[in-house]
Amino acid sequence: MTAAAISAAVRNRTADWWRRSIWVDHLMLAIRVVVAVLVLWGLAGGIAAGTYSAANFASFAMFGLTIGSVYALIALGYTMVYGILRMINFAHGDVMMVGSFAGLFAASSLSGAGLTNDAPLIALPLVLAAGMAVGAAVSVAIERVAYRPFLHVRSLAPLICAIGLSFVLQYGARGLFGTRNRAYPGFGWMEGTVQVAGLTIPIPQIVAFGAALVVLAGLLAIVRLTPLGKAMRAVSEDRDAAALVGIDVSRTIVFTFAIGGAMAGVAGVLYALVFKQITVFMGFFLGIKGFAAAILGGIGNLGGAMLGGLVLGLAEALGPALLLEGYGLPAPYQLKDVIGYGMLVLILIFRPQGLLGERLAAKRA
Amino acid sequence: MRTLDVRDLTVAYGAISAVRSASFTAAAGKITAVVGANGAGKTTVLNAISGLRDVRAGRIDMDGQDIGALPPHERVRAGIAQVPEGRRLFGRMTVAENLEIGAFVRQDRAKVRQDIERILVLFPRLKERYRQLAGTLSGGEQQMVAMGRAMMADPSVLLLDEPTMGLAPQIVDLVLEAVQAINAQGVTVLLVEQNAYRALEIADQAFVLETGEVTLSGSGEELLSHPRVRSAYLGHDA
Ligand SMILES: Nc1ncnc2c1ncn2[C@@H]1O[C@H](COP(=O)(O)OP(=O)(O)OP(=O)(O)O)[C@@H](O)[C@H]1O
Ligand SMILES: [Mg+2]
Repeated sequence: MTAAAISAAVRNRTADWWRRSIWVDHLMLAIRVVVAVLVLWGLAGGIAAGTYSAANFASFAMFGLTIGSVYALIALGYTMVYGILRMINFAHGDVMMVGSFAGLFAASSLSGAGLTNDAPLIALPLVLAAGMAVGAAVSVAIERVAYRPFLHVRSLAPLICAIGLSFVLQYGARGLFGTRNRAYPGFGWMEGTVQVAGLTIPIPQIVAFGAALVVLAGLLAIVRLTPLGKAMRAVSEDRDAAALVGIDVSRTIVFTFAIGGAMAGVAGVLYALVFKQITVFMGFFLGIKGFAAAILGGIGNLGGAMLGGLVLGLAEALGPALLLEGYGLPAPYQLKDVIGYGMLVLILIFRPQGLLGERLAAKRA
Repeated sequence: MRTLDVRDLTVAYGAISAVRSASFTAAAGKITAVVGANGAGKTTVLNAISGLRDVRAGRIDMDGQDIGALPPHERVRAGIAQVPEGRRLFGRMTVAENLEIGAFVRQDRAKVRQDIERILVLFPRLKERYRQLAGTLSGGEQQMVAMGRAMMADPSVLLLDEPTMGLAPQIVDLVLEAVQAINAQGVTVLLVEQNAYRALEIADQAFVLETGEVTLSGSGEELLSHPRVRSAYLGHDA
């Protein structure tokens, strides 16, 4: 094909598109162009400004992976419940908050016995276990109260109930624990940093990222290898067909909530270790981040939730330095949430099925 | 070999009774056909037997044991498997995974492997499709997987809901021959069919379901020659 033929073909297709599109398509295209220009402009400006070194960026990225793995752990709970019930569990963020407080009380008593610093390899798993156990228990209770009664009816009632339970958990915790910020006591050994491949990384980030990887690997093993995992896949594809091959559907749903809650509990504990402060309100904003990560990856898709969490974490961690700095903003890091939530909105508009998700129409066999 | 006995079964969707006081028996080791028009309540009967529908009244007995209170997954353990209407495969799993998950309630690993082999002998076509996603198969192939998946539960009673629906004539033959082969192994079969002629041909016993009620029953031959069946379901003048 000659260059002229190619350009004629391109012109044809453009004209074709223009004829068949409506104003909404033009608006969407305009938004895409504006976003692309803003990103490129910011990137160019950021790099030209040269405020940060490569090592700076590497440590931002490491931080992004850490917080991203926390988002991923939360996102998995949303995505698993969605996969099996086609419904969002709006109380999931607060499960994470309650798990985080369970970890706080475990840490307090272990620290009282001096174990958190003297025997961290015993204390840390115990704190994580407390978060997991309480997260799982609260999540199962949510299933029992908000979802089980409506299993066989089509209704928005479960969503309303879950929102109600979210408030119950949040204000219950507020009444019991107060609204001030708390930190896990007794993890003095986490104050330092370690050198890895020339990078200086705070110990909590290593611990959190490592723990998240272990938990994620455990989850994948459960889903891929155990009968429970097969049952979860079957129920999420076709509930009645699953019952007809002898799968206990309600039990499978309960386990799905339990696993999601346990991972939210882990997320709550890891968040507390990295940020060193938790509040009873954390369930709301972190819940939305986890939800955004699930949507970003493609809701219902486990790998997508993991990827979505990491991408969101990286975008938040690198975005301010990489993009916003280029605009000469005075406090770019304060705007990291704009990047996070902005990505959620853009994904919903331009790729509602997410990075790894399938279009809903293609879902049924 | 086990007998399935349904007495005075009534199933309702809200205020509408889809099945009204239906009684019938699927005799041990026999093929029992259910014939009826669209909306007669055939699927509802099978789903009540499998436990997917709550019943308003009646008993469902297997060899004299009331199984009507068991949840669906326990009925599979009790020996009842269903090939549902529309096949309902797990489309995002492979043929192999669909067959394996059919054996969800079983522990006897070695026997499970043997049963998979037997299904691949019964439906050689599935051997070529073994690692393919079930959702990408043709309708006939999907029907074979659906039957194989149900057989993997090692049932003593097999319920089939319109297994030949939408299939080409040669595939219909293949499916019905497989039903007979399964029955010859001692499995009690309850076969729902729109294709009344073909179903009655292979059935030992049969009954007609009309707006939720059993209105006729007899041997397959008797119903084949019954004037009401001939005019309503076989397209003959009475
Ligand atoms: N989920 C439901 N809710 C309300 N009514 C239903 C439901 N399922 C079936 N029905 C009604 O119950 C009656 C029997 O339906 P059923 O599916 O058992 O019929 P069928 O004999 O299997 O028909 P077909 O040959 O079309 O499969 C029909 O009138 C149908 O409209
Ligand atoms: Mg039907």
